Amino acid sequence: MTEIINFIGNHQEIIFFIILSVFVGVEVIGGVPTVLHTPLMSGANAIHGVVIVGAIIVMLNADPGDYLALTLGFLAVVLGTLNVVGGFVVTDRMLEMFKKK
Amino acid sequence: MQPEFLYSLRTIAYIIASATFIIGLKRMGNAKTARNGNLIAAVGMTLAIIASIFIHVNKTPEGYETVETPGFIYTLIFAAIVIGTVIGWLTAKKVQMTKMPELVSMFNGMGGACAALIGLMEFHHNLNNTGALIAIILGLIIGSVSFSGSIIAFLKLNGTMNKPIRLPSYNIINTVVMIGVFAFGAHMIFSGTQSTTLLYLLFASALVYGILFTIPIGGADMPVVISLLNSFTGLAAAFGGFLYDNKVMLTGGILVGSAGTLLTLVMCKAMNRPLSNVIFGAFGGDSAAGGNGPDVKGSIKDMSVADVAVLLNYSKKVVIVPGYGLAVAQAQHIIHELEVLLEERGVEVKYAIHPVAGRMPGHMNVLLAESNVDYGKLVEMDDINPEFEQTDVVLVVGANDVVNPAAKTDPSSPIYGMPILEVDKAKHIIVNKRSMNAGYAGIDNLLFYDPKTSMLFGDAKKVLTEVVAELKTM
Repeated sequence: MTEIINFIGNHQEIIFFIILSVFVGVEVIGGVPTVLHTPLMSGANAIHGVVIVGAIIVMLNADPGDYLALTLGFLAVVLGTLNVVGGFVVTDRMLEMFKKK
Repeated sequence: MQPEFLYSLRTIAYIIASATFIIGLKRMGNAKTARNGNLIAAVGMTLAIIASIFIHVNKTPEGYETVETPGFIYTLIFAAIVIGTVIGWLTAKKVQMTKMPELVSMFNGMGGACAALIGLMEFHHNLNNTGALIAIILGLIIGSVSFSGSIIAFLKLNGTMNKPIRLPSYNIINTVVMIGVFAFGAHMIFSGTQSTTLLYLLFASALVYGILFTIPIGGADMPVVISLLNSFTGLAAAFGGFLYDNKVMLTGGILVGSAGTLLTLVMCKAMNRPLSNVIFGAFGGDSAAGGNGPDVKGSIKDMSVADVAVLLNYSKKVVIVPGYGLAVAQAQHIIHELEVLLEERGVEVKYAIHPVAGRMPGHMNVLLAESNVDYGKLVEMDDINPEFEQTDVVLVVGANDVVNPAAKTDPSSPIYGMPILEVDKAKHIIVNKRSMNAGYAGIDNLLFYDPKTSMLFGDAKKVLTEVVAELKTM
């Protein structure tokens, strides 16, 4: 129990950060018309592609002799890029159709 | 340059990127600013990626240190980004609008797999740090579930995997497997094991759970599942951010995690079903087995293309109800042509959009916008329902469950309580369907037996083209 309490004390910044971010996420989506749910889901999908940053960090820290790690890291960067690029481009294509004529 | 300066520069890039994610999501909530919002978020993402690649400085208790990375690793990173960009770009550009939901699901799965791979690689670097291990293992589990679940959702949406597959008492099996996976994860964190075999076994069991989780859920509920898996991937990205103390991963991940969860709940609300019902008691499942469907009275009336054309031509007000069948038949252009033709002859034409028509909320809007249908003609359910009484003809194209009166009248129906388009109040109803097969929910539709209803059988694109041709001769 003491450990958990101390963990919270030692990580308070990040915990405040997480709580605030959760509320921002909820607020930012509130009141969105049904029409935009699909593009919004797709846009959010592209944003979690930020996980690619983690894949890049893994690659930068990888031991140059560890071929397994390099292969997995390479794969992770490819997949992350697919998520980011594909996600934003698809969302743009969907939204292009909503433009005022 | 000073390592401290570079570190701060990267931090600034991350702050800007985080802000663009929030602004981007906010702007995506409004039709006018949505495209711009997406672009803003994309610019921020690019900035974060560039900063992560080029500024490799670690902050240690002793100060800041620039880390030297061998050149070939940079080559590998660039090669990976080029491959991902080319494939992602081409797929996203080439795919037909009707296939969008599948594609979103597929890209979501890629992000999940990326998070899972990070967990696989980081495990052995953090054996003595319980906090980091928690983030690694949770990221691995959630990322894997999101990956395999998204692939199943993809297969279901593109029709490869048609029917929900339910093992006997799948709910119990799934719950047991879920608890098992998390217990296994806890073991990996707290036992101090270094076994690579166990790590990969955990990866495999999380993948299996993702499959088990998605496989019993029917195709009609896939949008909800994709939205849920989307927020899972966000969560997995956030665990990555916790692991590296990387704030941009944290903001991006948590934003999507919370926004995605809310979006999921909003979608469920549109179907008037709690989320638990979507996941544990899928449509037509055990709970609905008691009702043998509605008592079918009356018979089906067939109508010829010529009669449909005459009826439409002499109406004052026509409401079109599009459904997934319209998307499948690629009939969005011909329906617009029909609408324009009728409007030219003084018929008022509107489209009634049910919140869950198609395979994703907003699916029909995207599709009809593609064929240049005026945004103002798309009317949402609550606004159009009072208008049906003054409507001469309702033309239902490839929609079924969203117009099934059983949702209002038959408490034993699995869709009972779902808000529907009350088309049975109109003077005439024409239903275009390929066959008499039941809708996605797998239940009979009393509307088809209504004396005011006529059926127009055939592929939507083909028969509507014939109707338009017929109208032009009048």
